[in-house]
Amino acid sequence: MQFGIFTVGDVTPDPTNGTTPSENDRIKAMVTIAQKAEEVGLDVFATGEHHNPPFVPSSPTTMLGYIAAKTERLLLSTATTLITTNDPVKIAEDYAMLQHLADGRVDLMMGRGNTGPVYPWFGQDIRNGIPLAIENYALLHQLWREDVVDWKGRFRTPLQSFTATPRPLDGVPPFVWHGSIRSPEIAEQAAYYGDGFFANHIFWPKEHTQRMIGLYRERYAHYGHGTPEQAIVGLGGQVFMRKNSQDAVREFRPYFDNAPVYGHGPSMEDFTRETPLTVGSPQQVIDRTLGFRDYVGDYQRQLFLMDHAGLPLKVVLEQLDILGEEVVPVLREEFAKNRPADVPDAPTHASLVAAAAAAEAEVVA
Amino acid sequence: MSERTIAVVSGGLRQPSSSRLLADKLAAATGEELTRLGVTPKIEVIELRHHAHDIVDNLLTGFPSTAFGKVVETVTAADGLVAVSPIFTASYSGLFKSFVDLLPDGSLAGKPVLIGATGGTARHSLALDHALRPLFAYTRSVVIPTGVFAASEDWGGDEAVERLDRRVRRAAAELAAEVARRDPAVPLDPFALRTSFEDLLAGD
Repeated sequence: MQFGIFTVGDVTPDPTNGTTPSENDRIKAMVTIAQKAEEVGLDVFATGEHHNPPFVPSSPTTMLGYIAAKTERLLLSTATTLITTNDPVKIAEDYAMLQHLADGRVDLMMGRGNTGPVYPWFGQDIRNGIPLAIENYALLHQLWREDVVDWKGRFRTPLQSFTATPRPLDGVPPFVWHGSIRSPEIAEQAAYYGDGFFANHIFWPKEHTQRMIGLYRERYAHYGHGTPEQAIVGLGGQVFMRKNSQDAVREFRPYFDNAPVYGHGPSMEDFTRETPLTVGSPQQVIDRTLGFRDYVGDYQRQLFLMDHAGLPLKVVLEQLDILGEEVVPVLREEFAKNRPADVPDAPTHASLVAAAAAAEAEVVA
Repeated sequence: MSERTIAVVSGGLRQPSSSRLLADKLAAATGEELTRLGVTPKIEVIELRHHAHDIVDNLLTGFPSTAFGKVVETVTAADGLVAVSPIFTASYSGLFKSFVDLLPDGSLAGKPVLIGATGGTARHSLALDHALRPLFAYTRSVVIPTGVFAASEDWGGDEAVERLDRRVRRAAAELAAEVARRDPAVPLDPFALRTSFEDLLAGD
């Protein structure tokens, strides 16, 4: 099972002292956080993609390419890549290039984006969100698998005798996850292709996540990729930890109360009850996270949101130390227990290359 | 005897509230009419005041708390709806509108709705037809022809109460008839796929 972090890259004032990092501070902090993730033994770093303030990560492959050069082992991913407003041709090229530079340490997560004004800035219409996600991904999927593509669709200019370069590393495209909070069509899309499905999980009650994952697993089996239990599932999570849980509660409360998305709304106590947010001791985080398996089944990837709502870099790095040293080792051990042998790990470049070679050997034989 | 559920939403803020009093009258009369038509009524009353914080939280976070989710489901799964708001500044109250804003798209489509409103004087009564009726028309619910407005004066004096009760009975009979002639409501499943993936791929 893979553990890691995902970041939205928000520039948010620290509510405890009113200071706001510069864009440069925040971008450099994201790189530091990614390096720290590798240092403390996490497996994955995923960055969001946004095209409006107060967010900085508009150019994920630039950032991930830089991080790739600064790390050895860390798997680089996105949360999410905007499949609606990006040209699928450019996604095919950018991420294939990143895949080469990072020696295969790349996968990505598709998402639609829910910021209405972004769509027209890129010549699109949010009302076409689902059709754009379906058509654009179908093209991306084809561009990575066929050397020469003739293509015609609704949303982009047609392609004649087009070859996306560079070709994917070792002829194997990056693994793709599809993320959606509430659209069954996207769970269906992930199932159709046999891709992974990632439930954001952190802004919604668990019953909701359970239904979406249940739907994806059932449709994954329907399309013949394996049993429902073998589908590739990722979950988000959100934690703040201190040795004593009361210290964690006291320290995190002003960040919670003023956070984008849920700030000025429910109390932290209500929100921790209704969503997977856990503010407390490392042991509380371990217990809560292990409980996720009870309602989604054995899964492949757990990402935590750690660096948002104006938390200072120093605090984020302390959180990553606790996560890497005290929490994840226990989670690895506990999640491995009673895990059926036929539940796969999340695909990696190495496993996909091996699978492709095995498939070819079968054809030859 | 078959059974039908009537959800009764009252947007009154005071306790006791005249909106709740009107809602109770409408609910009781609808229940009697349904019984007369051979249908067992089940009445579920929702006072929005009790859920005011949940409503704001849902607006901000985008999801209902577990408890409030059940309230929304009570309305969306009901066979008929009695919706009563106080009239504030020429229209339904903000809390009442916020609640309607949180009902999932399409969840009231085809559902019979009886609208009611209360206000200090009868001069506010047109708000029923220029505010509540278009609001529910937008939801594609079936708003029954008679809406019931109760002003302060309607609660005192035998003749006034008699006149209010007459309007209540007429509206209740219209709602009960609409509910009784329909099959039981089937709640919308937000996780249901409505198009095959092949059709989605084909751009349908």
